[in-house]
Amino acid sequence: MILETRRLSVSIGPHQICRDLDLMVAAGERLAILGRNGAGKSTLLATLAGLRPADGGELFVAGQSYADLGLRSAARIRSWLAQDRSDPFASTVLETVLTGRHPHLSRWSWESPSDARIARAALADMNLADLEHREVRTLSGGERQRVAIAALLAQQTRLCLLDEPLAHLDLNHQVATLELMTRRARSDGLGFVMVLHDPNFALRFCDRALLLFGDGSHIAGPVTEVIDEGRLLRLYGHPMRRATTADGARSVFIPE
Amino acid sequence: MPSRRRALVVLLVLALAALASLAAALAVGSLVLPVGDVLAALAGDDNMAHAVIFDLRLPRALAAFGCGGLLALAGALMQVLLRNPLADPYVLGISGGAGVGALTAMLLGFAGLGVPGLAFVGALAAMLLVFGLAHGDGSWTQTRLLLTGVVVAAGCGALVALILTLAPEQKIQGMLFWLMGDLSQAVDPLPALAVLVGALLAALPFARELNLLARGFDTALALGVAVPLLRRVIYVVASLATAAAVTTAGSIGFVGLIVPHLLRLAVGNDQRLLLPASVLAGGSLLVVADTAARTIVAPIQLPVGVLTALIGVPVFLFLLNRK
Repeated sequence: MILETRRLSVSIGPHQICRDLDLMVAAGERLAILGRNGAGKSTLLATLAGLRPADGGELFVAGQSYADLGLRSAARIRSWLAQDRSDPFASTVLETVLTGRHPHLSRWSWESPSDARIARAALADMNLADLEHREVRTLSGGERQRVAIAALLAQQTRLCLLDEPLAHLDLNHQVATLELMTRRARSDGLGFVMVLHDPNFALRFCDRALLLFGDGSHIAGPVTEVIDEGRLLRLYGHPMRRATTADGARSVFIPE
Repeated sequence: MPSRRRALVVLLVLALAALASLAAALAVGSLVLPVGDVLAALAGDDNMAHAVIFDLRLPRALAAFGCGGLLALAGALMQVLLRNPLADPYVLGISGGAGVGALTAMLLGFAGLGVPGLAFVGALAAMLLVFGLAHGDGSWTQTRLLLTGVVVAAGCGALVALILTLAPEQKIQGMLFWLMGDLSQAVDPLPALAVLVGALLAALPFARELNLLARGFDTALALGVAVPLLRRVIYVVASLATAAAVTTAGSIGFVGLIVPHLLRLAVGNDQRLLLPASVLAGGSLLVVADTAARTIVAPIQLPVGVLTALIGVPVFLFLLNRK
């Protein structure tokens, strides 16, 4: 297991996010976290990334706890995409993506040509190859989001935790990003845990889903089993109707 | 693409500029010395230039270099620590604390090391006060740190104004000079230079990690940086650097704000290059400014802080409007 939790409890202040969460993510698996605004998706993801402590339970990444791994080793195993972007100082796209190589470099070494190759490959994956010399702050919101994902890919970790990876992306890039994750999961066995807002994307591009109901209760399982009209109503407080595409190939959920 | 070779070339150019500024500071003054005499004196020749250089100009030029380097380094570190390009070495109240200490010493009639001594005590007190208050609930966010520092600085400003009001008239001139930044009192450059070397050596091993702080504290943490520890180290190093500079020469403004900005525009924001480059450029700038301060309206000496501000304000406004 690349990520495993046993009876994990997470809360923020008096607000319980999840109680006794047992979760497993195997290599090559994609897990979607779904829930309303404020349900605690980002807090749970940050906990899974080892950035904040859990209230109880156990958490293992590649079989080890974060305490045993240490910060540097952890950074070579799991990566984390923040929800918000902030760049107080000027930096080029390539420099930003090269920050993903930090855990692979020793204290005094500088980025080598092979680090640059990895960074450029990540940029090409995110369809940004032409922008490597641009200043990050001159990019559009969607382009900056893709730069951040490219930096995460350059970190070359087996487990990728992404907080709203599709934020600011146009539809074309939303699908392209999810397809890239699917390819990397299948070809390289990467594990993905991502916070999503669209159950249809979870259905199509993820193997399993974790639904956070906001009161500490949750349900996890294969996407086709856990995502249904009743649970989506409970999850979002808005009725969703199941429909089938004209060719009958896929189910989709449409807000009433 | 950051590369060590490019960094070394830039630093070499800046080191040559620093040497040139020091040479100019030794040669220029009320008594203009030919370059040949300066070199002969430095080589040990006991000519007339020898006394002028070793007793007057060299200590002052080295003190200027040390203070300029300290302020620029502290400014670069504070800007990264607070993730705020408008931060400078004084934003967290350290110069305010030093000012209260120095003016108290002058008010009480302390002489010799009393003024820099009490200034250093004041700077350290402000540093610990801000650290303790900002740390209060353990969150230590940059907003909380910045607000605490600004409030402590404002409090120190009020105390300074109070001391100026109470001070007898004959002491006010000296107090104002100290507050504006003045290198004519700097007799011993060694403490500032020693702290400068120590601060740079303490900060350089963390330079690449500092680059990551710009992307956000949690992102840096996820990339393997021990963010809470790093922030404390940087806070202490930047504070001590500032304290050493203001203790030596008073509150010289704008060097710590302008120099890192100018260098970011010229060479980029890689701290591995920016930190040592700030030391060299900040040192050179203050040497040049101080040489001008003691020559342009000689025999009157201007406070060097006035010159750095007069240069700094238009440069900064220009940079701000360029964006």
